[in-house]
Amino acid sequence: MMGLSLFSIAVLLLIGLVLFLYSLPTLRDNNTFHLFFTSSWKPFKGEFGFGAFIYSTLYVTFIAIVMAFPPALLCALYMSEYATSTVKRVFSPVIDLLSGIPPVIYGVWGTLTIVPVISEKLAPHFVDFSTGYSVLAGGVVLAIMILPLIVSILIEVFTAIPKGIREASLSLGATKWQTVKKVILKKSLTGIVATVVLAVSRAFGETIAVLMVCGNFTDIPQSVFDACYPLPALIANNYGEMMSIPGYESALMFAAFLLFIIIVIFNAGSRLVLYRIKKNSQS
Amino acid sequence: MRALSKDIVMNDTLTPFIDAHKTNKTHLTVENLNVHIYGKHILKKVNLSIPEKQITCIIGPSGCGKTTLLRCFNRLHDDNSEVKVTGNIRIGNEDIYGSHVEVTHIRKKMGLLAQRPTVLPMSIYDNVAYGPRLYGIKRRRKVYEIVKHQLMAVGLWEEVKDRLKSPAVRLSIGQQQRLCLARGLAVEPEMILGDEATSSLDPLASTKVEELFVKMKDTYSIVLVTHTLRQAKRIADYVAFMYLGELVEFGRAEEVFNNPKHKLTQQYLDGSFS
Ligand SMILES: Nc1ncnc2c1ncn2[C@@H]1O[C@H](COP(=O)(O)OP(=O)(O)OP(=O)(O)O)[C@@H](O)[C@H]1O
Ligand SMILES: [Mg+2]
Repeated sequence: MMGLSLFSIAVLLLIGLVLFLYSLPTLRDNNTFHLFFTSSWKPFKGEFGFGAFIYSTLYVTFIAIVMAFPPALLCALYMSEYATSTVKRVFSPVIDLLSGIPPVIYGVWGTLTIVPVISEKLAPHFVDFSTGYSVLAGGVVLAIMILPLIVSILIEVFTAIPKGIREASLSLGATKWQTVKKVILKKSLTGIVATVVLAVSRAFGETIAVLMVCGNFTDIPQSVFDACYPLPALIANNYGEMMSIPGYESALMFAAFLLFIIIVIFNAGSRLVLYRIKKNSQS
Repeated sequence: MRALSKDIVMNDTLTPFIDAHKTNKTHLTVENLNVHIYGKHILKKVNLSIPEKQITCIIGPSGCGKTTLLRCFNRLHDDNSEVKVTGNIRIGNEDIYGSHVEVTHIRKKMGLLAQRPTVLPMSIYDNVAYGPRLYGIKRRRKVYEIVKHQLMAVGLWEEVKDRLKSPAVRLSIGQQQRLCLARGLAVEPEMILGDEATSSLDPLASTKVEELFVKMKDTYSIVLVTHTLRQAKRIADYVAFMYLGELVEFGRAEEVFNNPKHKLTQQYLDGSFS
């Protein structure tokens, strides 16, 4: 056990180290401030500003989580607390199936449905012009992709709560909803946070589905109807074509390194939150 | 007097039944209760009158339906669509399964103690305050008084008064069970239902809870499912013996223990099976 854990830590460090070594040339040749906070992306001139990519990654993920979490939570609560066994039998496999659909299918579906809706129905109310390939499209497709994942993990979290605790609350005369609000959510807080962390990490790294609908345009998006370009899409789109341009490979490696760092920092941060919650509630 | 079940098994129980009526007012009446779970007949035509302000112990071998019966009283089967309950249960004059009756209203009348303590994921204080707050008691002073009063009633106040805000799970198992009792009492029930409420406790903690039951029967009607005959002998005023989903014998404790009417009861008391 101990050996395995050490091994996985070693792998993690190794990945980080390799990415870092490969991105060293970029770090050496560019002003660090420029790398992070400017968005001028001209590989031929050797200008690599990652600002727009970092911003896009965070933006799309944020929209996805904000859109996916509330309905996922309600859905999971319904499935674990209210649904009859027949409903559960029908829908549990459906949810599992949804989370198993390959991202590319979500991408195609997003291109065919979400993108036109945004460009024709939604965007005209807010901006002059939008192709539909946008931050919003990326966020929506990503939200729909991670929703079944969040639902199925949350159902696990809720069903792990002992029945006796529900019955204790009910037998004191609480309604089901009161029990959910005051007991179930409280008891599962750590589980809920952990689920969100997992979903966010997944969203950060999602590539194909987002790449297909977000427009892949290197500029800071001014609104959710503008195109954007998250880090994973950048790497996937350009890896393999960068051989002839000096410094390009290192820059893409740096993009991967950034993604790696974002996810590590995010996970470490949420560990801290979880630890705090656990310490405060001890339950 | 209502005609009781015509089962041969049931006939013998008639005498103690009338006896119960003479001496104590009936608090909870069970008539022709049948329970099916997944189509299996689990409780068969149970008729029973729980006397007011007495301790009634339900005994019987494992799997005979004691827990199932107890959970019928506060409608804990409601949420399981595989459990079909038919028959009539009244608390006082109120039909527990009446179509117009709010389930929360019924549950408030009974405090339930589970086999293992089930503290809610909150502080000691909030556990006891949980019920009163549900019923709209908001004033801090009032809530505090209720909490203090009930913690004193279960003899927990001195032990926890300095750490009311700490999580309830940090208490010992015995303390947790008394906390659960206090929590149940805080909604001012009429009855206390215990399902082997002392079986997960050590002897000392178990004795404490037992003593509480005896003390509290001045105020509440108490129904206890118990596996330990010795416990039933110590504290029961009335005893119900169940076997394979039927109520075989019901009567005053000394009657049932010293002079059981039914052969099965005799055998169970002798330890011929358990
Ligand atoms: N939710 C359920 N699903 C299926 N069967 C059940 C369920 N609840 C109870 N039963 C069945 O009903 C019967 C009575 O169970 P019950 O728990 O009432 O027995 P008990 O007298 O409390 O036993 P014990 O002394 O072991 O606690 C058993 O045969 C049990 O298998
Ligand atoms: Mg039982």
